[in-house]
Amino acid sequence: MNVLLWVVFPYLSIAVLVGGLIWRYRYDKFGWTTRSSQLYESAVLRWGSPMFHFGVLMVLIGHVGGLVIPKSWTEAVGITEHTYHLMAVFVGTVAGFCTLIGMAILIARRRLTGPVFAATTKNDKAMYVVLAAVIVLGLWATLRANVAGDGYDYRETVSPWFRSLFYLSPDPEIMPGVPIGFRIHVLAAFALFAFWPFTRLVHAFSAPVGYLTRPYVPYRSRDPRPGLRASRPGWEGPPKLPTRPGRDRG
Amino acid sequence: MRVMAQMSMVMNLDKCIGCHTCSVTCKQAWTNRSGVEYVWFNNVESRPGQGYPRTYQNQDRWQGGWTRTRTGRLKPRAGGRIKKLFSIFANPKLPAMADYYEPWTYDYEHLLTAPAGDDTPVARPKSLLTGEDTKVTWSANWDDSLAGGNEIAAGDPVLQQLSEQVRQEYEKAFLFFLPRICEHCLNPSCAASCPSGAIYKRAEDGIVLVDQDRCRGWRMCVTGCPYKKIYFNHRTGKAEKCTFCFPRIEIGQPTICSETCVGRLRYIGLMLYDADAVGKAAAVKDEHELFAAQKSVFLDPNDPAVIAAARAADIPDDWIAAAQRSPIWDLIMKYEVALPLHPEYRTMPMVWYIPPLSPVVDILRETGHDGEDVGNLFGAVDALRIPVDYLAGLFTAGDPAPVTAVLQRLAAMRAYQRRINLGEDRDESIAAAVGMTGAQMDDMYRLLAIAKYEERYVIPAAHAEDAHRLEQLGTECSLEYDGGPGMGGSGPFGESSGVPAPISIENFHMLRNRQTADSVAAPDDKETRVNLLNWDGKGRPEGLFPPRKDGGER
Repeated sequence: MNVLLWVVFPYLSIAVLVGGLIWRYRYDKFGWTTRSSQLYESAVLRWGSPMFHFGVLMVLIGHVGGLVIPKSWTEAVGITEHTYHLMAVFVGTVAGFCTLIGMAILIARRRLTGPVFAATTKNDKAMYVVLAAVIVLGLWATLRANVAGDGYDYRETVSPWFRSLFYLSPDPEIMPGVPIGFRIHVLAAFALFAFWPFTRLVHAFSAPVGYLTRPYVPYRSRDPRPGLRASRPGWEGPPKLPTRPGRDRG
Repeated sequence: MRVMAQMSMVMNLDKCIGCHTCSVTCKQAWTNRSGVEYVWFNNVESRPGQGYPRTYQNQDRWQGGWTRTRTGRLKPRAGGRIKKLFSIFANPKLPAMADYYEPWTYDYEHLLTAPAGDDTPVARPKSLLTGEDTKVTWSANWDDSLAGGNEIAAGDPVLQQLSEQVRQEYEKAFLFFLPRICEHCLNPSCAASCPSGAIYKRAEDGIVLVDQDRCRGWRMCVTGCPYKKIYFNHRTGKAEKCTFCFPRIEIGQPTICSETCVGRLRYIGLMLYDADAVGKAAAVKDEHELFAAQKSVFLDPNDPAVIAAARAADIPDDWIAAAQRSPIWDLIMKYEVALPLHPEYRTMPMVWYIPPLSPVVDILRETGHDGEDVGNLFGAVDALRIPVDYLAGLFTAGDPAPVTAVLQRLAAMRAYQRRINLGEDRDESIAAAVGMTGAQMDDMYRLLAIAKYEERYVIPAAHAEDAHRLEQLGTECSLEYDGGPGMGGSGPFGESSGVPAPISIENFHMLRNRQTADSVAAPDDKETRVNLLNWDGKGRPEGLFPPRKDGGER
């Protein structure tokens, strides 16, 4: 069971994420978009969307810092566990609530604005459930550990396990000791990763950072396509000399 | 010098009667799909009027086009790259649906299904966004021909720049129509605003297009275009715009709006220009200089040096020949009667306009004067500041001098040709008064008044110098295309999802299925179907008749 949850399932999710993204990109470039609903409704979106997106970007940076960078590295540069913990909990909670409130605004807007709700697909609804679950579970686990207890140092357990996945020597034995809140959050997150390529969330992978370096106006040549010369309908017989210029067809 | 060719258009506003045929045929050709119900790649606006979307010319509000920085460089008015990326989650300057209009249909079914009663059933308007009942309060052309009167016309951003007295008199006196398509600018600010780099200018003919596979729906281009000619498809989440009907242009046909123009007021042709000079010309300091600066980047297609440079830039000879015959070159550079729309946006638009003289003629006639006498016309163009200032606000960033010069040329042509029409002597002094000769007057008159189809539309077909691709089926593996081998059919995201199969591939598979199938009918449901197209009339193929109920021999 341990192996299934903490080895097979994560690898499966990552495989589906990567494979799904490649497949979706090759197969459905046209569907690869934010599907913005700003045209329908702008006033609420102006608050909710930046709040959610900037919040979630901060959360992402926090996760990278917490999961990818080993504890020994941060301690080597003189950040004690206590400092790190305070910082992470404070910034993380602010970012988390930003994300949560932003998402609440966006979901309420989606439900209450007629045209926006009409443009919401079943896929979107399912995606919102999974995404909201991951965010709420993450916040809940953090709050429970810090409000009820005196904090939980996931950098001793979850992070090494997470990194072990990428060393290709997965270590599932650590995870059963982790509090249940964190475990559910991790599982939900991997479920989200597996779902990711098949939702509108793919737009996160087309973050337009190339815009910063490219010239303002791109030029491109016409695609090579056969038959660009005027094709003559077959029923007109063999080619004739050009007709008299000045004949008025307009 | 880097020579590039630009497919361009000139519209003669004197001839536009506001019939909207161009808009309707364009809509039928390009935007009669769901998601773009509110979109008109071509629209015809009444002037004065608010335009479509409402007050789009007010760049203080919509922040379209370029702005010149203190260091003399250009950046999009809505902000540079960093600001764009930071406002990507909610574009602060995106026009709302209400600024265009909420698309609607009518509940026609009710007319047929309503129960019998005392009242005539009515088809109620239904919103195409929500499907709910709606109230029609605005559309793309709500203020047609000054409908709504001063109340709506007073919202015209160009009119608001004029003085109060001029404004009031203008509203009483003048009306003309302004057909608009995408300007296919030399310096497109929509492309510059696109974070994904999906909007590009075609190197061969300068047509500005959106790569639908690369667009990610960030919506910055809608803000970037000062003419608001990029639209957001709210169903697909992608930007769409006027394509200059490139599939037609590529085979030498005019755009559908030009083809169907009742007044024959549109001209299409090539302009050669120096791509290296565009950036500097668009960044000249004085807005009044922009008109002249844009003309300075155009290259004379008869100049041997330009021809040599064009050949060096791989522009085919028939394209150079077409540029030499271009009516656009004649109208802009030779006769100097065409003006760009809002050069102050610094995008270097390439759909130009011949301003209307008819408001001036009309007012002369109404006041009992001879509206075609050259003295009267010249005097009126000078004296009637009202139309000139308004036209200058549209076409020359507010500088009345070029507008006056154009109107005088048009007036001179009118007077000169009237004398010929009445059998009087040719009066060279009229031509000379506007710096032309009588022969030039005749040529200009011919181009403006009676030019035939081939003279109005000089469009060289696109080149595809790889003829063997035409014989794809015979000479190369037909499954060699991106995403192949495709077996047709529908994908998991619905009927038309996935990579479109080239037509030759579809035919290839159909043909092969027919040739190799065991039965004459489609294998899956051969019990019920037979392909009559390849039944030779002999025999009774399986599936031609339904099976007998008793299961016996047929």
